Amino acid sequence: MSQDLLALSAEAQARGIGAGELSGEEVFEFWRVRAVEDELGAYLWVADENAGGSLPPVAVKDLFCVEGVPSSAGSRILDGYRPPYTATSVRNLIEGGAHVLGKTNQDEFAMGSSNENSAYGPVENPWDRTLVPGGSSGGSAAAVAGGTAPWAIGTDTGGSIRQPAALCGIVGLKPTYGAVSRYGMIAFASSLDQCGPLTRDVTDAALMLRLLEGRDPCDSTCVGIEGDIALPSAERLDGLRFGVWGLEEEGLEAGVADVCRAAIGRIEELGGGVQEIQLPDAGHGLSAYYVIAPAEASANLARYDGVRYGLRSTDDGDLTSLYEQTRHDGFGDEVKRRIMIGTYALSSGYYDAYYGKAQKVRTRIVEDFRAAFEQVDFVVTPTSPTVAFKLGERTADPLAMYLSDYFTVPMSLAGIPAVSIPAGLSDGLPVGLQIAGPAFSEARILDAAHALERAIGFEGVPRT
Amino acid sequence: MIDREQVLHVAKLARLRLTDAEVERMTGELSKILGHVEQIEALDLDGVEPTSHVVALENVLREDVPRESLPRERALEGAPDAAGDGFRVPSPGAS
Repeated sequence: MSQDLLALSAEAQARGIGAGELSGEEVFEFWRVRAVEDELGAYLWVADENAGGSLPPVAVKDLFCVEGVPSSAGSRILDGYRPPYTATSVRNLIEGGAHVLGKTNQDEFAMGSSNENSAYGPVENPWDRTLVPGGSSGGSAAAVAGGTAPWAIGTDTGGSIRQPAALCGIVGLKPTYGAVSRYGMIAFASSLDQCGPLTRDVTDAALMLRLLEGRDPCDSTCVGIEGDIALPSAERLDGLRFGVWGLEEEGLEAGVADVCRAAIGRIEELGGGVQEIQLPDAGHGLSAYYVIAPAEASANLARYDGVRYGLRSTDDGDLTSLYEQTRHDGFGDEVKRRIMIGTYALSSGYYDAYYGKAQKVRTRIVEDFRAAFEQVDFVVTPTSPTVAFKLGERTADPLAMYLSDYFTVPMSLAGIPAVSIPAGLSDGLPVGLQIAGPAFSEARILDAAHALERAIGFEGVPRT
Repeated sequence: MIDREQVLHVAKLARLRLTDAEVERMTGELSKILGHVEQIEALDLDGVEPTSHVVALENVLREDVPRESLPRERALEGAPDAAGDGFRVPSPGAS
């Protein structure tokens, strides 16, 4: 029985519970034990009580506030913090029948692409434990791929759901900005942050999105998705047009490009039209992103001052000294770097040159996608330029780490939805293919991804 | 590009204490990152409107009905040094 559960998608488990073949309690307990026994560093906290539920329980990235449950966003400055309220997205899941299984490890404040910036240690990739799982939602991705969670949620600011999903061989969806509430998500960059599912397959992602999305009076930028999100059923791609971008980019691994080309060949076999597409300014996305995101972060992280919650360092000095020492002790290197970049970019005399220009590049990228979607229904790219890399390999070179986000950042800047699905293996490691569509086209993206997923027939190897 | 003095100035603005070693490392790292970011300097962006928000939104208003907020004692629960009804801090001019 227990090994059977491991073989089932979350949606199949939900059907089993609905049909009375499984009980919510036995499903919860199965996954709870799996989570407790996790050896990859994927969890920072696991539920000690069985909450049952009409859906399988969900692993939640640490930066989601859950009432009474440690929620540190992977940071020392929030060590031991237990929020007095629960994030809307998590509440939506609970009300839908999916209770919290545990809190997953992540890069501190979601800043990173390898999960090595967590104050609580790295996460290992279940495909090869000497490799990173990607980031920043590395714990959520490793838990789902490694079979210690049936499904999970993460957040994506510049690729933090899609890139770890790609590196761990699972599905990751970043919804349209404004589809899912950000209330109770510990903020990184507020104009970009978005919550979404990390799941075994596309159907599970659709089922979870259905629970997550919706207007929220506590987040005035959240408008929800109009209409129902049906579970995907498409088996063909006839009449749909796919625009391919990025396969000739410098820095793209040959093995990754080959797997993506093969998957694009599948699109054609399924009746989809494929053409190359130009996104002239998308290549500048990283530069714009690494101004905008740190700028917003430097403002958002001003709240960690040792006064209202979290760490306080005392040094017998005055109030300013308390602020400075607390932030010195509580933040890790990458967070400090981004606060510095952001503060610099927003400082007097530099604002127009950096932040102002970056926002104009953002406009150009929005326009690039708008033009593309006049010619095609979807834009298809590799999710990550490389497969999973060695733990420690890029920690000494922040800029090299930032390049991991090259293909995912343009969609974030444009606020449009994009899913990463496993497209195959390169040297035995998973490769993700990214499919993006216009704002609020999640249902169409997932339908297309479903057809392609069936045709690719990817077999997740870990999860043992 | 950014020099040591600028790093110290920005750290002060950000209320971030840095050790000498951190200042040293940060100077090099920030220069490299900003060097990459400055590629956008070369773009002709005259007449392009900046984008700060991607979803078209009208003002979002709710009914003006009072509702409960977080009780004070809950809000103070996570404080490192709560005193009475507030957060205790050292004097701004203690040193």
